[in-house]
Amino acid sequence: MNELILKGAAELSQLMADGQVSSQEITQACLDRIAQVESAVAAFLHVDAERALAQAQRIDRQRAAGQALGPLAGVPVALKDSFAYAGAPTTCGSLILRDWIPPYNATVTQRLLDAGLVILGKTNLDEFAMGSSTENSAFGPTHNPWDLERVPGGSGGGSAASLVAFETPLAIGSDTGGSIRQPAAVTGTIGVKPTYGGSSRYGLVAMASSLDQPGPCARGVLDAALLHRVIAGWDPKDSTSIDAPVPDVVQAAGQTDLTGLRIGVVKELGGEGYAAGVERRFTEAVGLLEAAGAQLSEVSCPHFPLALGAYYLIMPSEVSSNLARFDAVRYGWRVNDDGRHSVEQVMRRSRGAGFGDEAKRRIILGTYALSSGYYDAYYGSAQKVRTLIIEDFAAAFERVDVLISPATPTTAFKLGERAGDPLAMYKADLCTIPSNLAGNAAASFPVGLSPEDGMPVGLQVMAPPLADDRLYRVGAALELALRQQWSGPLWAELVRREESR
Amino acid sequence: MALSRDDVAKLADLARLELTEAELERLVGQLDLILASVASVSQAAAAEVAPTSHALALVNVMREDEVTESLPPEAVLAMAPAVEEGRFRVPRILGESA
Repeated sequence: MNELILKGAAELSQLMADGQVSSQEITQACLDRIAQVESAVAAFLHVDAERALAQAQRIDRQRAAGQALGPLAGVPVALKDSFAYAGAPTTCGSLILRDWIPPYNATVTQRLLDAGLVILGKTNLDEFAMGSSTENSAFGPTHNPWDLERVPGGSGGGSAASLVAFETPLAIGSDTGGSIRQPAAVTGTIGVKPTYGGSSRYGLVAMASSLDQPGPCARGVLDAALLHRVIAGWDPKDSTSIDAPVPDVVQAAGQTDLTGLRIGVVKELGGEGYAAGVERRFTEAVGLLEAAGAQLSEVSCPHFPLALGAYYLIMPSEVSSNLARFDAVRYGWRVNDDGRHSVEQVMRRSRGAGFGDEAKRRIILGTYALSSGYYDAYYGSAQKVRTLIIEDFAAAFERVDVLISPATPTTAFKLGERAGDPLAMYKADLCTIPSNLAGNAAASFPVGLSPEDGMPVGLQVMAPPLADDRLYRVGAALELALRQQWSGPLWAELVRREESR
Repeated sequence: MALSRDDVAKLADLARLELTEAELERLVGQLDLILASVASVSQAAAAEVAPTSHALALVNVMREDEVTESLPPEAVLAMAPAVEEGRFRVPRILGESA
């Protein structure tokens, strides 16, 4: 195993700054690793080797010429395939976009390139980011590097898996109901959903616009913070992005003392339906936070049990509207365009052939929830529950600085186990959905392996809107305490296993 | 409330989505289960609660009406399903199928 693929972004940056390694060497090491493990993991839908190496060479030249470079210049990153990257296929895991190459960059993509990061390629996801396992990808599932028989979570399973397959030190995700945090939890990585409006959605193919949010994925807390700083901030191209300074997440990732921090454990996110192994690791982590100086208390958020139901009315409503743009007229797959069929017939046939089961399910559900006669009972009620969730958070944040819970009720399930049961699949996002409905910042941090099945467990931290820095403060303290306990990061276990084979 | 096969077919029609018989059958059962599971939402939403459509307090965002660069037509048309004379070619828009 090439040592370079195990190093984090901050360490690689330092090595490049010290002249000990070039971006080309790092990038080549990642590309070699991708070539080695992709047949088993399938984290990528497209590997952009040529442009990655060209970007690496450009950064190396600029560094040699003494140009000022950003802190992550020359560091590789993997991009979820729902972000437009000019010149690369951007499929969203859907047949309807299988040949689509965008003519422009998402703001997130552009900021990565401007900061000198090296985009390795596009990662797999559930179709249009709809799912919790990547099994809804039209191009086949991604496998969890901890156990290839299990899912890597979703929708951003490709980004999360690529980190612990050591294909990349950094990845980008998007989170609508947990698509960054749930994959992070079940792969033992870090995933952060910034405050809604904290990062730009321009060029992120829309799923549910009032919920979608791009964010960073990494193996270490500081790395995630460095990536967060690169992509976050106001963007005139996204009218819902917030025109306010980005919280100092990098500084927060350097703090490990939690003295005085008030942490609330959400009473409603635990108990029945939660795996014993998940609860055990969570409880142990709570002890570590207390030992790091935090004041722990239990907080009730009485409307959280309604969040999943409200989400499955609001999200499909927005999905049915957003996916209406795939009409086979201006872009996307067109079927039956033989001169005999009308534009409406071509549209119906193209959408029927181009969308997978979950997309169809949500389009129908959303069309129903928004239809006249049912609007008040479904979409209208869900919007009211959204208010109640926001009020729960507001009341909680008057008493505590952050809230915590398990990030997922269970560890990674087996591939195929929930594929035929949408409701069971939806429950994977039970803990993550409230923060999407309320728009606050939230993250998942690894807290160990479940004693039941040896699979990773994640702890979720939720902070008030625009207090994203608090996530990193808690994450950094947790990371330090756990790494001391484990004599290294959680993922070192994967390296040991691979080397002993 | 239960959704019938005809209800789902109607919704699919409204959404311009062609479904096979097998897909229709499967969806009817699944949608019923999903709707039953979200029934608690309607029950909890009391009349006096104000709805939230968006987590941010949004106002219209305006910008100066300045001329800026846009994508060249070739770039926009490059990914079109069909192009004719520098324009999107669309399927027949008038009349029923022959």
